[in-house]
This record gives sequence, C-alpha cells and structure tokens, in this order.
Amino acid sequence: MSAAKPALRLSALAPYLQATPLGLVLAVFLVIPILTIVIVSFWDYDSVMIYPDFIFLNYEELLGSHVTWKTYLNTLKYAAFVWAFTLGIGFTVAYFVAFHVRSSTAQMALFLVCTIPFLTSNIIRMISWIPFLGRNGIMNQTLMGLGLTDEPLEFLLFSDFSVILTFVYLYAQFMIVPIFNSMMRIDRNLIEAARDNGASGFQTLVNVIIPLTKSGILIGSIFVVTLVMGDFITVRLMSGGQSASVGLMIANQISLLQYPAAAANAVVLLIIVLMMVAAMLRVVDIRKEL
Amino acid sequence: MTTGNKTKGKTRRSFLKGGAAAVGLAAGSGALTGFPTIWAQNIKDVTLRQFGTGVSNLNAIADKVKEDLGFSLAMTALDSDAITQRAVTQPKSFDVADIEYWICKKVFPTGGLQPMDVTKIKYYDKIVPIFTTGKLTPESEIAQGTAPHTVTFVEGAESKAFASEPTQWMTLIPTIYNADTLGIRPDLVGRPIANWKDLLDPAFKGKASILNIPSIGIMDAAMVCESMGLMKYADKGNMTKEEIDKTMAVLTEAKQAGQFRAFWKSFDESVNLMASGEVIIQSMWSPAVAAVRAKGIPCVYQPLEEGYRAWGGGLGIASHLSGLELDCAYEYINWYLSGWCGAYLNRQGYYSAVLDTAKDFMSPEEWAFWMEGKPAAVDILNPEGKVMEKAGAVRDGGSFYERMGHVACWNSVMDEDRYMVRKWNEFIAA
Repeated sequence: MSAAKPALRLSALAPYLQATPLGLVLAVFLVIPILTIVIVSFWDYDSVMIYPDFIFLNYEELLGSHVTWKTYLNTLKYAAFVWAFTLGIGFTVAYFVAFHVRSSTAQMALFLVCTIPFLTSNIIRMISWIPFLGRNGIMNQTLMGLGLTDEPLEFLLFSDFSVILTFVYLYAQFMIVPIFNSMMRIDRNLIEAARDNGASGFQTLVNVIIPLTKSGILIGSIFVVTLVMGDFITVRLMSGGQSASVGLMIANQISLLQYPAAAANAVVLLIIVLMMVAAMLRVVDIRKEL
Repeated sequence: MTTGNKTKGKTRRSFLKGGAAAVGLAAGSGALTGFPTIWAQNIKDVTLRQFGTGVSNLNAIADKVKEDLGFSLAMTALDSDAITQRAVTQPKSFDVADIEYWICKKVFPTGGLQPMDVTKIKYYDKIVPIFTTGKLTPESEIAQGTAPHTVTFVEGAESKAFASEPTQWMTLIPTIYNADTLGIRPDLVGRPIANWKDLLDPAFKGKASILNIPSIGIMDAAMVCESMGLMKYADKGNMTKEEIDKTMAVLTEAKQAGQFRAFWKSFDESVNLMASGEVIIQSMWSPAVAAVRAKGIPCVYQPLEEGYRAWGGGLGIASHLSGLELDCAYEYINWYLSGWCGAYLNRQGYYSAVLDTAKDFMSPEEWAFWMEGKPAAVDILNPEGKVMEKAGAVRDGGSFYERMGHVACWNSVMDEDRYMVRKWNEFIAA
C-alpha cells in the first residue's frame, strides 16, 4: 500500500509536469512582459525619465483625446477594408486551386507559386510599390502613355489607397493558406451529393462549401485583422507619414521615451483586439469545426 | 606650416601625406603634439564604443583612429530618438556618445555622461566661439532655441546642472554642425524661392514635404509661420502652449488642403522624395541635397531671408569610463579636433569645431570653396575622391560666416515638450 501511494501521486502530477515547460515558457515570454506593460502604463513620465507611480493620467490623456478615437477608427477602417479584400481574393484563389485544378501535383505547384513573393522581406516588397505607384512611376507613365490620363494620378501613392493595396498584397497569403487547407478537407462526396440532389453551383457554394470552410476563413481573418491592427511600418511608409494607425502612435510614443503612454496605448489596443477575436470566435466555434 | 604651396596636379592622397608631414614637422618643432600620446602596452586591446547619428559615425574615422591612435572605435549609427533612449536607459552600453546639443539638454541631467575637464582638451581655445560664448563674432546676436553654449558647461566635475558661463567642465566637445534650410528642385519650382513661407505656397500643392521629427519639424513650421507674418515668437525653441497650438493649426490647415505629399523621417526618404519628383520643396539636410545632386538631378539648398535653422553635435564621455579607457577617450577627442577629421567633415559640407587645424588638412581651393564661399577653382572632390562639384560652382549660401552668421534658431527641446509632441501627433493623424 505504502509503495503504491507515491506512484498514485506521481500519476496525478504527470499532466501538470507535462504542461510545465510550456507553462514556464508562456509565463516568462508572454505573461510577465504583458504584466510589465500593464504596470508601466500606470507610471508617470517626463521627457527623459519614467517614475514608478500609480496614476490614471496616461489613460485619461489617451481616452480623452479625439486623436485617439480618430486613430482607432482609421485603423479599424484599414482592418475592415483589408479583411474584405483579402477574404475575397483568398477565397477565390483557394477555391480555384482546390476545386478547379484536378491534379494534386498541379495543386501543390500552384499553392507554392502563391508563396514565392513571401520568400523575401516584407519591407522590401512594400517599398517596391513606391516607385511603381509614384507620380513619375511605372503605373502613371503607362496610363499616360496609353492616353488614359493626361496628368499623373496623385492618389496612387501616399494615400489610403496605397496603404490598403499594400496590406492586401502583404496579407492575402494569410487568408489563402487556411481557406485552402479547409477546402482540401471537404469530402468530395458531399459536393457530388449536392449536385445529385439538384443543387446549382452557387447553391453548393453557399450551402456546402462556405459552411465547411468557416474555420479556415476564421483563422485567416484572425491573422489579417490582428496583423493590420498592430502594424506601424506599412502605414508610415505607404501613406508617406500622412496617416496614423494605433501601431504608429505607439511607435512614436516609444521613440519619444514616453513609455508609460505607449504602454497604456498598448493595453487598450490589446483589449480591443482580444475583443475582436473573441467576437469572431463566437460566430464560429473553431473547436467544433476543426 | 606651409601647406599652401601645393602644386596643381598633385593627388589628394599625396597632399594629405604632405599635410601629415607638415603636422609631423610642426610636432617636432613643438608647435603641435603628435599622436599617439598614450604609450600603454595594452592600448591595442582598448575598444571605445561610440554611438551617434549617421552624419558623423563614419567608418573612415574609425579606420583613421586605429591607424593614428592605436585603439579601436566601434561605431553604431542610430536616429535621434534612439540615441536619446540609449543614452538615458542604457548608459553602460556606450563609452563615447556622439549626440546633438538639444539631446544633451535632455540626456545630461540623467547622469549617463561625465563632464570633461577642458584643461585636458588641447584645442579648447580654438573652438569656434558659438559653442563657448554663443557668439560667432563679438557682434553676433545669439539665436533662439537650444543654443549649444547654453548646455555646454556644467558647474563642476560632479554637477548635472548647466552653467550659464563657460567653466572648466564641458558636457560635449563640439564636433560637427551645420545650418539647415529648405531644399528645392530649381527645375520644377518655376520661380525664385526666397522665404520660408514658400513651403506653404498653394502653387506647390501636393509637392511639399516637412520632416516628421516633432522637435525639429515644429521649428521649420515656426520659421514658416513667422515668415508668413502670422506669428511672432519670443523663442521658437521654447514655445508656449498657445504658440504651439497656433503653429500646429497653420500646419494642419495646410495638410488638410493637400499641401504636403509626404512627411519624411529618415535621410534616404528625403532623398528619394526629391529625386523622384514627388516633392519639389521640403525641409532637407545638406548631405541629402548632395545625394540628390550626385544622381545628376538639380537640387539647391536654398538660403532664405529669415535665416537658417542650425544644429550641432558633440562628443560626450560616458559616466562609467575611467582609467586607460578614459585616457583613450580624451585622446580621441583631442585627435578629433586636430584637423584630419575636421577637414573630412568640412569636405562633406558640414563644419568642424576647430577651423584652424582643419584648414591645414584642406587644399587652398577646397578651403576657398567650402569655407569662404568662393567659386571652385578646380573640381571639388568628396572624401571618397569622387567629383562633387565642378570647377566654377559656388556653395549654396556662401561662406562659413554668411551661413553660420545667419542662424535664426537652433534645434531644441522645449519645456512644453510633452504637450508639443501630443499636438504633433494630432497633426499627423489629422
């Protein structure tokens, strides 16, 4: 009896022990940094130093300023547009590769082709749009050469247009991959059954394929929305510094040593993004779908 | 020292050798002390870690230090904001800081730097008086903003409080400075540009830019507002909240009317905006103008009626430095002022802190072009030996005294810094 007791205790402990390494990693690299950010967000600061304190001034200044609201709205606007475009493009591309391409070799080849632009740094891919879209850029020269426009189109670069275009270009892949993955798991018999029962192509799409790719759409959406919400460099480079995003606001505060203000901003952003993700998870039960 | 008898056709290299020989000769005669002056066995193991802005963190300087002084210099180039952060939050991560005077005003009181004893600075007496008394010539008026001399001295060896008069203890040894103005594309603006207010001329709608570094951008904006006759500042470098509000209102209105094509934050951005023709008038830095011109694109660093916005940087020594490393740091600073470096910087269109020594390392033609504002007698080469200006060219803005004598304000940090940054962020988001 006495020998069995420690063994029993050990087996009860085993799951905890198994979870410990991951738990420790998460505690050290995720929980502690976030707690630090939360703590610092209540500190005071001046132009050179930060002072441990417990004040709400950072939050008051942040939430009391119309600029904050405007910036959050602007960031949400980017997120909404980019989400809609990447979803449209991602779904179409994935659908084509998954259902229209018959041979699985060709499918894999086309899928890999989609990833080729991602073999290089995303900053470089971003910057390469600048000479393309510029006032004297390739796009404007082509349009004027074809006689389609008389004057260079100014809105192409350093505008919301160029920001959203670049975002869509950068993040479409994050939508394509999970949607393609979900589509490949759909039992082809289901589609045949739909056809046998007289469903049109559109009805099959709406009633069979879309419901079964929901998990992929959701995962892609989480990626795209969180990436856009946290971005600062794309907005800065592609808007020519003329537009603001939350990430850019935080980056500006950090560069001016206003760590507590940046921390407060980060906490608010974190809460908003978590709420968005929670809302998305309510729409689709990801555990059930997978 | 006779470096004036250089015959035409001599290469710059042989000239430099000649210059070095002349210095060596002078050293022998006791007029100058040669380097190195420290003869420690382990000096070659010493590495001083320097960080600063890209303008003066040049590998050529590190190489020359190794050659002349025997120890190594490891340089890190950062932007102004990152420098301020590093100096305040990681004072042990560097030995020598190459920072601007307005950054010094923020950083020195935090204790990361130690005051330097001027008696150990060999060329202290020859430093351009802008940095000691604030007056370029006895008649000069002191410009607005964080004028370097106001943050150059502290009360004592342990002090962190700035002194109003020159003392024995210096915060930074000046190394490099310049007068900034607007850069223009003369081929595209289509009319003469003479005032800061031209930046907001509706004729340049969608083709203007201003730099997005709040503390400097607001100064350019203030120059514009004053030039438009909308404002009169007691001190552009230290505005009241009301002045900040009014200045930002003018800028915001212009932004909403579509005046600006973009805002730039780094050197290369300003070069690309100008070279691609996206922007034809903008705040600019002198080497950026040179970089545009090097592409064969016309670009002028336009002197303006209201004067220049100036900036200056200097070397400071980290608090944690002592012993041999501290000696090396002083040695490095003395070497910096001894001429080779000054000539190198002058040839890039900046100014060096001790003019007399730099002159010995420059050809008379170079000196006449860069410092006296005279037409170039021969092709002017950059420090890498490439042609920078053809014979006959004249420097934009003219001579040293014409340019540095027309400084309207210095880059600065305001008492209402926090408020100003908030307003600036509002402007960017507007």
